[in-house]
Amino acid sequence: MEQQFDTSKIGMWLFLVTEVLTFGGLFAGFGLMQNKYPQEFVGAHEELKRWAGSTNTVVLLVSSFTAVMAVLAARTNQGKKAAIYLWITVGFGAVFMCIKAYEYMSDFQEGLFPGKYYSHHGDLIVGSHGYATFFSFYFMMTGLHGLHVLIGMCLMSWLAIRARRGDFSDKYYTPVDLVALFWHLVDMIWIYLFPLYYLIT
Amino acid sequence: MSTHTEHAVNSKTEATKYLITLVGLLILTGITVGASYINFGSGNIVIALTIATIKASIVGLIFMHLLHDKPVNAVIAVAGFIFLGIFLMFDFLDVDSRTNPQPTNLHAPPAAAAPATAGAPAAAGTPAGAGDAKKE
Repeated sequence: MEQQFDTSKIGMWLFLVTEVLTFGGLFAGFGLMQNKYPQEFVGAHEELKRWAGSTNTVVLLVSSFTAVMAVLAARTNQGKKAAIYLWITVGFGAVFMCIKAYEYMSDFQEGLFPGKYYSHHGDLIVGSHGYATFFSFYFMMTGLHGLHVLIGMCLMSWLAIRARRGDFSDKYYTPVDLVALFWHLVDMIWIYLFPLYYLIT
Repeated sequence: MSTHTEHAVNSKTEATKYLITLVGLLILTGITVGASYINFGSGNIVIALTIATIKASIVGLIFMHLLHDKPVNAVIAVAGFIFLGIFLMFDFLDVDSRTNPQPTNLHAPPAAAAPATAGAPAAAGTPAGAGDAKKE
């Protein structure tokens, strides 16, 4: 059993590395475009709501804590406690998605669309593609990240039901551990997304 | 992983450790947001990314158990970030080493040629010295 656990974990880490490289490519593209349109990117980032980004950072960090507490509960034979922590984590994920949805809605109302659909008025540098490029990257990266949050929420809900049922113990808690790893990675990606999109100057 | 007795003993201390980690991460988030309001010029991005890396490392070491886990997982994780680092390094080396692809003297010949060609038929009877200068 222990060998199975270790093997699963190595597999999960390999998957997480591919995730890091996926997002790494997007980060590289973002960096290159920021180099090309420095003023436009600073101008565009002012359109984002800093309070929303900061709140979401806090929400994800706290959810990471509840996720790791769920793992601790699962591996110390406290299935019900693990289920509660998992549901709390799902709840924080939902809060994150709601704030993100609110941000997207208000962006759309201002015409802050990605690429050629960009129709925002009052930009400092008229006619530059830099603003639309910024929002293409913004929606691509936060959208892909949001998709990860949604997947994480689904997995956590499934695990919460299983934990409640008493599927996990100190002898078997592999799924809880691996999904928590996934959740932490999603948190880690946001740790980089937040300063690069909301705080650049 | 560790033995069962260890689990039972460490449950409380583990929880405390996670809580302290969370508080640390929240403080670092506060510092990042605070620092972004102060203008350090190009230092802002360095500060933001340094703090982000510290936060990511803390999440990796404590929340993702890399610190106390089998080393093979840490090797995989670190290898992933090293390759990402190589990728990003060459990207930005490329950007930084690029100069304006258009040669700076490219503007000179058309500007000089335009009056010369336009002027040549009109000034057919000019002294020979002007023609010699044009050939050189």
